[in-house]
Order: sequence, then C-alpha cells, then structure tokens
Amino acid sequence: MTTLIDGLSLGAIYSLIALGYTMVYGIAKMLNFAHGDIIMVGAYTILTTLNITGNPYVAIAVSIVVCTVSGIVIERLAYKPLRGASPLAVLITAIGVSFFLQSIAQLIYGSKSQSISLPDFGKVSVGGLEINVNTIITLVVGGIIMAALTVFVKKTNTGRAMQAVSEDKGAALLMGVNVNRIIMITFAIGSALAAFASLFYLMQIPSITPTLGSMPGIKAFTAAVIGGIGSIPGAMLGGMLLGLIEKICLSIPAIGPYTTAIEFSLLIIILLVKPIGILGKKVREKV
Amino acid sequence: MALLEVKNLEVFYGMIQAIRGISFEVNEGEIVTLIGANGAGKTTTMQSIMGLIANKKGTVIYNGQDITKTPGHKIVRMGMTQVPEGRRIFQQLTVYDNLLMGAYTMADKKQIQQDIDEICTRFEILGQRKNQIAGTLSGGEQQMLAMGRAMMSHPKLLMLDEPSMGLSPLFVDKVFDIIKDYHKSGTTILLVEQNAKKALSIADRAYVLETGEISLSGGADDLLNNEAVKKAYLGA
Repeated sequence: MTTLIDGLSLGAIYSLIALGYTMVYGIAKMLNFAHGDIIMVGAYTILTTLNITGNPYVAIAVSIVVCTVSGIVIERLAYKPLRGASPLAVLITAIGVSFFLQSIAQLIYGSKSQSISLPDFGKVSVGGLEINVNTIITLVVGGIIMAALTVFVKKTNTGRAMQAVSEDKGAALLMGVNVNRIIMITFAIGSALAAFASLFYLMQIPSITPTLGSMPGIKAFTAAVIGGIGSIPGAMLGGMLLGLIEKICLSIPAIGPYTTAIEFSLLIIILLVKPIGILGKKVREKV
Repeated sequence: MALLEVKNLEVFYGMIQAIRGISFEVNEGEIVTLIGANGAGKTTTMQSIMGLIANKKGTVIYNGQDITKTPGHKIVRMGMTQVPEGRRIFQQLTVYDNLLMGAYTMADKKQIQQDIDEICTRFEILGQRKNQIAGTLSGGEQQMLAMGRAMMSHPKLLMLDEPSMGLSPLFVDKVFDIIKDYHKSGTTILLVEQNAKKALSIADRAYVLETGEISLSGGADDLLNNEAVKKAYLGA
C-alpha cells in the first residue's frame, strides 16, 4: 500500500514533467530535450534562494518564476528562429540547449553534488499506514495542478486556442490567434510545471547535480510517449503508470536492480503494439 | 471604394514563381469571384493575402491600410477572414468549441452566445450537433461549420476558398445559397471556385486566373457568355 502511494507520488512528478514535453510537442511539434534541464534550473534556484533567504516558500516562488522565464527565453532565442526549419535541426538545437544549461550550472555550482534541506513534515499514520507527509503533498498538489491545467485547456479561450494551434496552425491564425504567443505561453506553462516537479523531486531526493534533470527528464519523456505524445491526459496517465511501475519494481528485491530496464522495455513494447501511445489520437490526414 | 486592393502580387515557392504579378480589387458590397483551373494559383493568392504565405512581393491594401506585411491574426481583427480550402475545421474540438474559436477575436460574451444561437438557426444541422466532435461531421456539414465559424468574427470581407469542393450537388446548392444570403446581410465576398458556372451565377464581377496570371476579367454575366470562358471553364 505504501508502495502504491509512493508510486503515485513519483508518478505525479513524472506527469508534471511529461506534461511539459507533451504540450510543447503538441503545439510546437518539437521535442524539447532541454525540458529535463529546466528541472535542474529549478532545483539550483531553490537551493540558492533558500541559502539567501532561508525561506522555503520564497525559494519555491522564485523557482517558479525563474523556470517560467527560462522557458520563454529559451523558446525565443533558440527555437523561434528555427520555426519552419527541419525537425532534425530543431531537435539538435534542443540537445544543444540541454548541454548549454548543464554546462552553465557546472560553471556556477561545480559538478559536485550539493545537498539541500527542505522542510520535512515527518510522517502521519493513515489507517495504520505510515506515510510521508511530503509524499501526500506531492500527490495532492500535483493532482490540483493537473486538474487546473485540464480545466484551463478545456474551458478558457487561451486553452482552446492551444488545442486549435496544436491541430492546425494555419486555421488557428485565420481565427485571429497569435500562434507565436500561444507557443510562448505553452513553454511558460510547461516550465512552470517543471519548477513544481523539481520541488517535489528535491523533497524525495535532496541532492543536486548539474545533470539532475536528465534521468527524470528522459523518464518523463518516456511517460509522455507511453501515454501518447501530444495528449495531455496521456501524459498524466503515462507519468502515473511509470511512477507506479518504478516503485513496485523497486520494492521487489529480485527485480529491483532492473527497474530502469523494465521501464524502457515498456516503452519499446508500447511503441511496437500501439505506436501512438495509450491515449494518443490518430491524426487523420485528409487531402 | 475598393475594400480590398491587390497590386502586382507575386508569390514564390522557393525558386518557383506561382503568382506572376496579379492585380485585382474587391469593392465594398460586391461578390467577386476568382475562377481558374487546378494549379492556377487561386489558393496561393488567397493564402498570401492573409499572410499564410510570407514569400511575396507587391501590395495588399485592405480598407485603406497597407496589410502586405501584417501578420494574419491581426488581419482577422481588422475584419477580414477566410474559409480555407479543405474547410480545416478543428476536428478534435466540438462543433460548439469550433464556433467559439471563430469568435476568438470577439470580447462580448453575450454577443458571442447570440451569434452562436443565430448560426445554429442558420445552419440547423450545427444546432443539432453542437456537442458532437467536429471530425465526425460529414463533408457538407463540415463546410457549414467552417462557414459558420468564419461568420463568428463578423467579417467585413469574407473570403471563401473552394467552398463547394468535394460536396454533393445538394450541398453545393446549399453552400451557394448561404453565400448569397450572407452577402445580403452586408458582407463583401471574395469567392474562389473551380465550379465557375455556380460562382459566376452569384458574383458581380470575376477574374480568370491562369498559371499565375489574370487572363480575363469583367462582369460575371459577361464572362458567363464569353466564348473562351464557356469553352475552358463552363464545359459548354
């Protein structure tokens, strides 16, 4: 039972990151491989602000702002000039941005791992189970964010415009939608979600290195593909599924060491069986 | 007064020149049609006017303002929009959300609801299928939706690109009736069509586009009786 809750909590982290991948893919049709490194940016921002102010809440707020702004700046400087370029050029640029961010972090903070002490609320016992309060916070806040995002995309003008841009940029433009602005908003939202993910990640693993974002980034990307890249509920489902599988595998000593292999094998199986992902939508090409 | 004036428009796809310096105008209150065969450059012309194709030379003036370099989303706010070729409705959104997207530039929520009600009366089928996913509509219904969606922004000038393409004869008649009707309510129309006979029958004036150049222009009635047009486009 504790494993399940831990799994869902880890799943919430993956889902938040996967949402960033999937939304950017859906709207800008690009794989933003630098997205994982935004988590790292968020983590160092939390560390630095915490050292200066000593207030974890201020640190979180600053981290959200810094991540959002980084997302927007990266899109403006690195990706926007490449709009209409070949997908390969954009992909390589994204990988370049990823290395760039990691190198900058290494220059500022060095490559050694640094530890961070975030408030620990201890454990509570629910129905005889000992559960970390941090785990519950991750699950609840993550859930609220995802619910809010779903409502935003479905019910607001901007959210609807995001769906429209994702389906047909030209037609969206004919509705008066400023496509560049929608892409910018998408990067901003994705990066803000990554800031939350970095906070929750640090609450579970309180040590920071410049490559901290790589593994959760890749796993969340896997989650996004499993759920169906471009699909928002797909990213949530894929993230939760991957988190659960990871924690369940880790809890069984015999297969624990193979956890990562199992996760990526799942990706391969999904790609073989249903290449568009669990909730992916088939794009009907009409001429 | 010309509401839309296109002067010496040239459009390029890479090295290939698709439009070779065409000029035409649409006066306020008119229905003007641009006819021509497949590949003559009709859709290219329409898309470049709206800024969907950037690589162009020449001038486009709308309502006295030079909009040659204006981004398309701003042109929509100025009162000109387009029902694109192939309809391009948002397949994954509901009919209702598609109409809301059409009203993206409108701020008055009450007015938007009123407009949706009006469009659902004008196009009964859309009213009945308001909550259906748009991709499940038939081709003709999708065309109705595309037209209704464009009307939501209250355009002064509505461009329609091949609205009758791929539709059954029944729907073709319906589409042209709707255009005529909508024109009467005070909207200027620029219509691009392969179905020259139908287009000329509702238009005031027409231009014939041939391999990127305007080969003929005049009153719609004159063109209907023009021997060359008859031979090439009316199948008579």
